[in-house]
Amino acid sequence: MRVAVLRFPGTNCELDTHHAFTQLGADVEIVWHNEQKLPEAIDLVVLAGGFSYGDYLRSGAIARFSPIMKAVVEYANEGNCVLGICNGFQILTEIGLLPGALKRNNNLHFISKFQTIKVIHNDNKFLSQCSTQEILNVPIAHADGNYYINPEQLDEIESNGQVLLRYCDSDGEPLAINGSLNAIAGVCNKNKNVFGLMPHPERAMEAILGSMDGKKMLEGFMN
Amino acid sequence: MENLDKVLKSHKLSHEDYAHILEILGREPNLVEIGIFSAMWSEHCSYKSSKKYLNGFPTTAPWVIQGPGENAGVIDIGGGMAAVFKMESHNHPSFIEPFQGAATGVGGILRDIFTMGARPVANLNALRFGDVYGNETINRYQRHLVRGVVDGIGSYGNCMGVPTIGGEISFDSSYNGNILVNAFSLGICKSDEIFLGVAKGIGNPVIYVGSKTGRDGLGGAVMSSDSFTQESKSLRPTVQVGDPFTEKLLLEACLELFQTDHVVGIQDMGAAGLTSSSFEMAGKTGAGLKMDLDKVPAREEGMTPYEFMLSESQERMLICAKIGSEDAVIAIFQKWGLDAAVIGEVTDTGRMELYWHGQKCADMPIAPVSEEAPILDRPTAKPAYIDQIKDKTIDSYDTIDNQEAFEKMVSSLEVVDKSWVYQQYDSMVQTNTIKAPGSLDASVIRIKENGKALAMSSDCNPRYCYIDPHKGAALAVMESGRNVAMSGARPLAITDCLNFGNPQNPEVMWQFAHSCEGIKEACTKLNTPVVSGNVSLYNETDGTSVYPTPAIVMVGLNDSQESVLQSQLTQEGNELLLVGATKGEFGGSLYIKANFGETAGAIGAIDYDAELALWEFVIQANQKALLECAKDVSMGGIAIALAKLCATSNKGVDAQIELSERRYIFDESQSRAIVEVTSQNKEAVIAMAKALGLEIVTLGTIGGDRLKLNDIEMPLTQLQAIYFDTFAQMIEQDL
Amino acid sequence: MRAVVNVYLKEGVLDPQGKAIAHALDSLGFGELVKGVRVGKQMVLELDSNDEASAKVEVEKMCETLLANTVIEDYTIEF
Repeated sequence: MRVAVLRFPGTNCELDTHHAFTQLGADVEIVWHNEQKLPEAIDLVVLAGGFSYGDYLRSGAIARFSPIMKAVVEYANEGNCVLGICNGFQILTEIGLLPGALKRNNNLHFISKFQTIKVIHNDNKFLSQCSTQEILNVPIAHADGNYYINPEQLDEIESNGQVLLRYCDSDGEPLAINGSLNAIAGVCNKNKNVFGLMPHPERAMEAILGSMDGKKMLEGFMN
Repeated sequence: MENLDKVLKSHKLSHEDYAHILEILGREPNLVEIGIFSAMWSEHCSYKSSKKYLNGFPTTAPWVIQGPGENAGVIDIGGGMAAVFKMESHNHPSFIEPFQGAATGVGGILRDIFTMGARPVANLNALRFGDVYGNETINRYQRHLVRGVVDGIGSYGNCMGVPTIGGEISFDSSYNGNILVNAFSLGICKSDEIFLGVAKGIGNPVIYVGSKTGRDGLGGAVMSSDSFTQESKSLRPTVQVGDPFTEKLLLEACLELFQTDHVVGIQDMGAAGLTSSSFEMAGKTGAGLKMDLDKVPAREEGMTPYEFMLSESQERMLICAKIGSEDAVIAIFQKWGLDAAVIGEVTDTGRMELYWHGQKCADMPIAPVSEEAPILDRPTAKPAYIDQIKDKTIDSYDTIDNQEAFEKMVSSLEVVDKSWVYQQYDSMVQTNTIKAPGSLDASVIRIKENGKALAMSSDCNPRYCYIDPHKGAALAVMESGRNVAMSGARPLAITDCLNFGNPQNPEVMWQFAHSCEGIKEACTKLNTPVVSGNVSLYNETDGTSVYPTPAIVMVGLNDSQESVLQSQLTQEGNELLLVGATKGEFGGSLYIKANFGETAGAIGAIDYDAELALWEFVIQANQKALLECAKDVSMGGIAIALAKLCATSNKGVDAQIELSERRYIFDESQSRAIVEVTSQNKEAVIAMAKALGLEIVTLGTIGGDRLKLNDIEMPLTQLQAIYFDTFAQMIEQDL
Repeated sequence: MRAVVNVYLKEGVLDPQGKAIAHALDSLGFGELVKGVRVGKQMVLELDSNDEASAKVEVEKMCETLLANTVIEDYTIEF
C-alpha cells in the first residue's frame, strides 16, 4: 500500500496523516504542491487538513491551482482513490471533484471538539470497515465546515448515496453542529472514488488520544 | 541636536540617559542612534526596573539545558529529546486591538520556540479580564475584549497547526483598564540540536528572512513600557497585524534550514525588531556587525534607516550563517515563498555599523548599549491596603447557608467550564493530546519520539497575590506543580510571566520584589528552576494598577505516555479519598469573593514538604496503577473540586466529611488532592499516603444522580447546565 | 485603470455574518430601517489596460476561476 499525502503552503496535518497511514502499515510519501506528477504506483492520494494559503480568499480556493492538482484530477478521473480531510475536502469542492461548497460555520466560530458522526453508506472503499448507522467519535476542527449545495443537487447526492457521513448526537439523530445542510459531514463523488470529510480520522487512531474510530475509517483503504 | 528636550521626551530618555549616551559614543548621537538607545534601554528590552530582583532566581538543575537569557528555556526530557518553552505577555497591544494584539502575542512566542530549533507542539494561555458582569459600557467592552482575544489566539495558533491545549482565565475589576494576555508555547527538538541567538565568525553573513519590513509597531517596545491613559486607544496604528500563514512558512523553512549545517545563530525579531535582534546576537559573543539597511526587504516605499531599525513587523528572523552558504540559505526560504536577503556581516570591531546606500548612518559600541542600560533601584513601600485587610477572617463575615454559598460559587465564571473559549482552539492537531482542555488540572501531550508524556499547567491566583505577593507567587508555583503531579508527571521547571503595575509606584515595586522572592523560595524548595520568563510592567490605567499577577507555567515529565492519570471520575462504586490537611484557609478565597465581594485575609504558613509529599504520593501511586483519577483541591475548596469532577465526568458523588467548621468545605488549604480508588486498592493507597506523612480520609463514593457533600446538594442535570452553559451565555449576551 | 470586484453569498444562501450584523444593528435600534444585511468581500484590481471591454472579459474569467466560488457566491464588477 502506497499513499501520497499532499503538502501545500499552510497545510498542517500532513505529518499527522503520514503518521496515521504509517501506523496502518502503508508506505507514505509527502508530496510538495509544486510537483507536476504524483509518485509512481500509489494506491491513494490524501489532501490533508490545515490552512493552505492561510485560507485567505476562501478555504481551499488558491491551493486548487497548485501544479500538483492537475495530476490529482487526472488520477481521480482514472478511477483511483482520493481522500480530502478538512482543508483537503474544501480543496476538492473548490476544484469540482466533489459537489457542494463549505461555508463559514453558522456560529462564526472555529469549532474544535470530539464529535459523533453517523455512517450513512459503507458501499465504498473508505467506509468499508464500518457498518451503516454506526456512530463514530472523531475530532472536528474547522471554521468553514458548513456544507452547502443547491436543493436539486442535494436531492441528487442524497439519492445517489453520495452522502457518507452526518453529524449526529449520541443517539444518532442528525445534529446541526455547524449549519451543514442535512448535517452532512462527508460526501463522495458519483463514482465513489473521491471522498471528502470535515472530521479528522487521522486524529482518532489510538486509545490514548480518546478514540480509535478514525483507524476503522482509514483501514478501509488498506484492503 | 535641535529640540533635544522634545526628542528625548518622545523617546522616553532622561537627560541623565543622554549624558550617558554622550559618554558611550564620545559625541552627539544622531536620530537613528537615539532611537536605538531608546529601544534598547526601554523597560521591555533592558529589564531596568526588574533586573535587581530577577537576579538570584534558581535556574539550574541536572535536567536544565538552557536557562534564562536565550529566546526560551530548555530542559532534557530523555531519549535524546529536549523541551523548549517560554511564556510572554502581549497585554498592551491586546487592550488596544484584542484580535491582532492576542494573535501577534501567539506569533511572537511561537517564534521564540522555533528559533531555538524546536517544533512547537503545545500552546497555553493565561488571560485576565475585568468586570464582564453587568451592562455598563465597561462590561460590554470587556466582553468584546474576551471575544476578540480568544478569536485572535485561535486564529493564529490554529493556522500554525499548533494545538492550544489549556490555560486559565479569570476576571477582576483590577483588570478593567489593563487586560493581561500571556501566551505560552512549548516545542520539542533533539537535545543536541539547539540553536542560539548568536553572531560570530568574522566575515560570516547576516541574513534577513521572513516578511518584508513595514512601518508597523514603530516604537512598540517603548509603548509597552508606559502606562495607559485614555489617549492610548488612539495608538492603534502602532499595533502590528499578524500573518500566521507567513509564520507557518517561516516555521517550516527554519526547521528545514536547521537540518543543514549552514547556521551559526538565529534570533527572532520581536520587540524592537532589528535593533534588539542584532544587538543581542552580537552582544552575546562580543562581535561587531556591519549592516546595509537599504538591503532590508521593505514593504513600503520611502522608509528610513530609523524606521528599519525600530519597526516591529511580525514574522521576521535574523540569521548568522556560515560564509559561503548564503545561496543555500536563501534557496530554502525562497522555496517557501519568503523574502531572504544578505544584509550584513560579522566584524571584529565590537561595534554596530549601519549603512544607508553606502553612507554610514550609525556607529555604536555594542557592549555598552546592551550592558550599560540603566539599572534602577526603584523605591519600594509596603502597600497600605495590606494592613487593612490582613486581619480579616471568615468570621469577619455574616454566616450564610452553605447551599446558598455553593450555588453562588459554582456559577462563578472562574469555576465554570470554558468550552466557549477552548473549542475555538484546535486542541488536537499533531495527534499528541492526551489530556485536553476542559479535563481539569494539567494538560498533557505525548512525545512520539520517546514514548513519554509532558504535562503542563498555567496557574496564578491574583487574589492570593494581592493579599500577600510573596506567598501568592509561591502558591502559583506550588499549584502549577500540583496540577502537573496530578497527571502522574514529575514537575521539572517553570517559566513565568510577571505582570505588574507601574514600577514608579513604590507599592507596585514592593509587590514585585516580594513576588520575586516568593518564586525564588518556592522554586528552590520544590527543585523546579526558572528556565525562561518575561516581565510586563506599567499595567496601569489612570493610576489604577492590576493585581500583582505572576503567571507560572510548570512543565513536568511522565516516563510513560500510557500511564497518564486523568482527572475524571471513572467508575460508579469507586471511593474518593481526600489527601492533605484542611486547616481553615479563607484568605483571598472564592468563598469570600463570591459571597461578600471582597478580596481580603491572610495566607497561612506554606508547607513545602507536605506539597512535595503529595506530589510523590500521586506519582508513585500512579506508577503502581493504584489510582483511577486525581484532582487537586484549590479555589472553592472540596465542594468546588467535587462539583467540577461530577460535572465533567457525568457522575454523581455522595460525600460526607467531618470538618471542624461546616464552612470548611470551601476552605482553600494548599497541598490537597482528591483521588479515586477501587475498593481493592484503597488500603494500599491509604498506607502509602500515611507512609509519606500525609493525612488521608475517605470522602465519599461515586454514584447517583447528584452531588451530595455534607449539607449541600445539587442534581447532576442542574449542575451540568450551570457548569457548561454559563460562560457562553455571559460572553455572548451582546450578540 | 482599476476594477472593483464585489463577491457576495448568493441570494438564498444563508449568510451567518450578515445575520449577526443585522442582529447587532437591531439591538442598537436600527431594526426598523434595516431589513437585511449581506456581507461580501471587495477586491480592488489595479489593471494595466485602458480598454474596459476587454478588461471586463478578463476580470470575469478571474471571478469564475478564482475570486468567487460560484457554487455559493455571486459577483459584480465595476470600473
